Amino acid sequence: MTHVPTAETAAGAEPTGTAAEALLGTDSTRFRHDYLEVRGLRVAFGGFVAVRDVDLTVTQGDLRFLIGPNGAGKTTLIDAVTGLASATGSARFGGKELLGRGTHRIARDGVGRTFQTASVFEELTVLQNLDIAAGARRGPLTMLRRRGAVPEAVEQALELVGLTALRDTAAGVLAHGQKQWLEIGMLLVQDAHLLLLDEPVAGMTHAEREATGELLRRIGSQRVVVVVEHDMDFLRSFADSVTVMHQGQVLAEGTVAEVQNDPAVVEVYLGSPVSTEPPTTQAAGPLTTQEDA
Amino acid sequence: MTTTHRTTDRLAALLRPGRSRALAGFALAAVVLFAVAPLLLSPFRLSLLAKFLCLAMVAVGIGLAWGRGGLLTLGQGVYFGLGAYLMAMHLKLADAGPGGVPDFMSLYGTGEVPWWWEPLRSPVATILLIALVPALLAGLLGWAVFTRRVRGAYFAILSQALAAAFAILLIGQQQTTGGTNGLNGFRAFFGYDLTDPVNQRMLYLVAAGALLAMVLVARQLMVSRFGELLVAVRDGEDRVRFLGYDPALVKTVAYVVAAVMAAVGGALFVPVVGIISPADVGVVPSIGFLVGVAIGGRATLLGPVLGSIAVSWAQTSISEQFPSGWIYFQGALFIGVVAFLPGGLASLVRRRRRRSAARSAPPAPVTQTEGSTP
Ligand SMILES: Nc1ncnc2c1ncn2[C@@H]1O[C@H](COP(=O)(O)OP(=O)(O)OP(=O)(O)O)[C@@H](O)[C@H]1O
Ligand SMILES: [Mg+2]
Repeated sequence: MTHVPTAETAAGAEPTGTAAEALLGTDSTRFRHDYLEVRGLRVAFGGFVAVRDVDLTVTQGDLRFLIGPNGAGKTTLIDAVTGLASATGSARFGGKELLGRGTHRIARDGVGRTFQTASVFEELTVLQNLDIAAGARRGPLTMLRRRGAVPEAVEQALELVGLTALRDTAAGVLAHGQKQWLEIGMLLVQDAHLLLLDEPVAGMTHAEREATGELLRRIGSQRVVVVVEHDMDFLRSFADSVTVMHQGQVLAEGTVAEVQNDPAVVEVYLGSPVSTEPPTTQAAGPLTTQEDA
Repeated sequence: MTTTHRTTDRLAALLRPGRSRALAGFALAAVVLFAVAPLLLSPFRLSLLAKFLCLAMVAVGIGLAWGRGGLLTLGQGVYFGLGAYLMAMHLKLADAGPGGVPDFMSLYGTGEVPWWWEPLRSPVATILLIALVPALLAGLLGWAVFTRRVRGAYFAILSQALAAAFAILLIGQQQTTGGTNGLNGFRAFFGYDLTDPVNQRMLYLVAAGALLAMVLVARQLMVSRFGELLVAVRDGEDRVRFLGYDPALVKTVAYVVAAVMAAVGGALFVPVVGIISPADVGVVPSIGFLVGVAIGGRATLLGPVLGSIAVSWAQTSISEQFPSGWIYFQGALFIGVVAFLPGGLASLVRRRRRRSAARSAPPAPVTQTEGSTP
């Protein structure tokens, strides 16, 4: 019954390309050579240290995947960078220190994130969700007026994430994958230049994953993107580089192949039954065989 | 170019029915309030209606703050009371004449007017203060509370405590606020004799006009981008923060608007009813304001107004027959609505409308949008 997005509507078709250019190309001079630089990050909840001594550098054009067993501290790392969890150390983006500042100020400096469980505004329409995401810099007079024309960036984002036909649908009735896409669209109109995505393809069909991967790749060429993901197939298809976390620390970092052959990584995944499967089998055989299987 | 054409057409189509329906509704309300009611009702009933309209003004604000913003404002009696007492103080001073002392002060107090009463000798200052004092208090309090992320039940309890404290403060200051008796016995309203039926009718018309104006303001706020953001804050405060907004600011604005509306309602209540006392502003009336809003449908534009007027009317007629029965009835009504009809009576109307729309037009809107997919 609901409109299921396909790879074509999301990323493949021709008009989408222009929408992407228009949306991603805007104002990128300001951030062109920006990168995320995390140094000595530490997050403690009471006595429990969830993240310790984390160093991480992610540049534009390097689609970075952040993996690790459950409880490794991936979400906590994102929480720290976006001001949700208080942390010590340093996290800089665009030359600005992010730690110790209010969440909404960090967001205004171009840092956007999604959540493990999609959190769109369910009672508002797709269009309203995007319009709100695009509006943090609006003045009081604009806010007090009704939305006249749809902002151009919103129009483009609708096209880019394939939700144009569903613009007046309440976000609450969207399929799971569509909600995740809406979230990505919201990050784009928000003009985020550092995108932190927490398990964006969880619960998506294969086709939806492919489409999302293509979209992220395209975004990654213009923005700094960090994707937290458990799905190893997805990772192998789209990651430029991988950071592996374990028990709050960075265990390994490198290309997909490097990380997969790292004995420490193999051991961690062997010890954790939930996510064992893909990496273990990979360690046994070459990458290509896995993809055929 | 075709895209923009299509979107503007679609937008226009989207906006037109809502707008014309709102205009028709507004015109109908104006005719009923300004023509039908004054013609049909006796002066006594008209005054009663004027009182209901004043209480409904509080409800409009609560609908915005609670229905749209999710702020359970259990203490609107404070702002209603501030507006009412400021107006009452002015009327007392005006009755006493230039430099005069209000009667109750000579009776219970030192016979001297306290310094903080003095500014209220001026009618202009009074009108300004009726809007500014509640706005300032709500602004400071809201900002302090919302930036500390006090929400939900904690906010409700806090506002309720404020209402209790306000009533206790008033009772304790017999010499300057009239204590339990409150302020009453007003003779004139900005120079107009309050016993004259013509002036009473005028007062009713002022209340009706003020209520309509507030409904218009509430509607503008609801359909504006601010209104959408307010709903977003209600449903996902943290998410809004990650988009770069400060939800505390959004909530404070809604809270201030609700406070000012309550204050204006209180200010007009005083000349209409002729008395304001701590019993009108404490915990019980504060909860009472909420009942009508919940019954009518808190998230809608007209639900709070109609619900509030209906509840006031029911209270008057039930109290006439069973003097102590109302409070139980009110409690049962509140519990019933919250338990069985969380969207209020408005949700029944909406459900009905949706059903009849579905019957008259078989293709549902969702399918239509699907059909337009290339
Ligand atoms: N608010 C909190 N208070 C206390 N402990 C917390 C809190 N948030 C997270 N933790 C703990 O910190 C550790 C890291 O959690 P985190 O959510 O960052 O893991 P994750 O890598 O995102 O795991 P998953 O893959 O399951 O999402 C876990 O042991 C978790 O229990
Ligand atoms: Mg997580």
